[in-house]
Amino acid sequence: MSPIFATPIDQIGAQERVSRLSSRSIKKESKVQALHLALNMIDLTTLEGKDSPGKVKQLCYKASHLHDSFPGLPNVAAICVYPTMVPIAKKSLEGTGINVASVATAFPSGMADLQAKLDEVTSVVDAGADEVDMVISRGKFLRGEYQYVSDEIAKVKEACGDAHLKVILETGELVTLDNVRLASDLAMDAGADFIKTSTGKVSPAATPPVVLTMLEAIRDFQAKTGKKIGMKPAGGIGTAKQAIQYLVMIKETLGEDWLSPNLFRFGASSLANDILMQILKQSTGNYQSKDYFSID
Amino acid sequence: MSERINIQKTYKLFIDGKFPRTESGRYIKWVDSKESTLVNICRGSRKDFRNAMVAARKASCGWANRTAYNRTQILYRIGEMLEGRRDQFMAELVLQGLTKKQATAEIDSSIDRLIYYAGWADKFQQVFSRVNPVSLPYFNFTVPEATGVVGAIAPDDTSLLGLVSIIAPVIAGGNAIVILASESHPLCSITFAEVLQTSDVPGGVVNILTGYRSELIEHFSSHMDVNAIIYCGNEGSDRKLVETNAALNVKRVVHFPEQNWSKDQHQSPYHILKCQETKTTWHPVGV
Repeated sequence: MSPIFATPIDQIGAQERVSRLSSRSIKKESKVQALHLALNMIDLTTLEGKDSPGKVKQLCYKASHLHDSFPGLPNVAAICVYPTMVPIAKKSLEGTGINVASVATAFPSGMADLQAKLDEVTSVVDAGADEVDMVISRGKFLRGEYQYVSDEIAKVKEACGDAHLKVILETGELVTLDNVRLASDLAMDAGADFIKTSTGKVSPAATPPVVLTMLEAIRDFQAKTGKKIGMKPAGGIGTAKQAIQYLVMIKETLGEDWLSPNLFRFGASSLANDILMQILKQSTGNYQSKDYFSID
Repeated sequence: MSERINIQKTYKLFIDGKFPRTESGRYIKWVDSKESTLVNICRGSRKDFRNAMVAARKASCGWANRTAYNRTQILYRIGEMLEGRRDQFMAELVLQGLTKKQATAEIDSSIDRLIYYAGWADKFQQVFSRVNPVSLPYFNFTVPEATGVVGAIAPDDTSLLGLVSIIAPVIAGGNAIVILASESHPLCSITFAEVLQTSDVPGGVVNILTGYRSELIEHFSSHMDVNAIIYCGNEGSDRKLVETNAALNVKRVVHFPEQNWSKDQHQSPYHILKCQETKTTWHPVGV
């Protein structure tokens, strides 16, 4: 594949469209509904070098007990951890129906040889990961080695077996929206089940124009092949307001089908608490304080 | 050339070290006693208060962690800046009904009060800390610490001195504050914010709103992230509302009736203590 065949992106147009969608006012009942939905779409994430088994267990507990004093809340969709933490997360989440997602392929840089990456993927899948979040080789991509990147994704997909594959494009390093579009097309063609914006380790992470570009790529891919690919913005999404803006964007770009954790996820750590605070604000009428929610 | 037209100041809010207009777009017309000057004062809303609270919470930790000596320096700096702006405050105070003599006295007292609390900011902890005798092998000591974010309804009958008398002890104690300025005398509050902004006070430590008490007091008292609330006024129903809502998250409640704020009783290290929490430490010794 060469960039000549890529779909060019109108950057100004994307920004304009995004700012129009972001100014939608979602209030009262529809807000509460959107907040519940967003909560159910979260991949509760901890990806720190200092992660400990205790921290992962705590996060897994939180995944199914978001705020016990307020009944009727959904669980999050998945827990996202480093490969070494997969067995611990898997055990802690037994019987909850919450998936375990593991990052793999030398996350976050992707700087390793292909065999090492494939071995890592196989090992996390064997350890019980339901979803694998891989990173693409951005260096190769930017040097124009698209075939390499594409083959790599295809091989990782093969190594995943039944596990769902999310492909992280790390859009903060791809520089232009044209590159984002090209990388999205490439990942979907190579067999990605989800495309994901960022690792959360590079700034900027998920931005609305980037997400819009990726959503449009998904829409065109569906029109072409009939396959529905999922989307996961990650990094920098910390407030309920941003989450709702993204929900508006999906609804307007891809339609109702994507308003489900099967096809849309938020990769976030602090988002859950902000959404909980908003839900309680809607229900009690009082602005909430972080003091009364779990530490994330 | 035509006659020069005076450029009027736009009175805005003070949130997070910036001067935004109210998000609600609403204004209150304020006219001086001679009905010669008309000013539009921002009618702050629930959401302005919410934004101010977010800014205050963000700033509170950093402010509390500064050295007490640094807080002293900054409070002193506010006094210095206020001194240099005398004329502007004089004009506003006169516009709000004081005589020149009264206005001078109010500005003097305000500056003195800032210097007074600047002096106490790095001393009150020593004075109010104590070592407690315990019959176990522990070194047991108690220190006052900032309570966090304070919401305050400023005195209504003074424009500057009341505001300063509330803000100074609260920030001297390492707290952040969101304060609703006097409803009937609002002019000096925003000018004082300009003083604060040029005095090395970190953005968000002091946030000043203008607007109607009756509208905002409910939100000040019910916000779960407010750790202490100061209410200045005599309205029984307001006091009841504050006390009731404060129970939601057990806010500290401090009440001052309307009074003459120039009196000496209004400067005391005990006022700093009103928005402090007591921390007692048991430290093992001799084992």
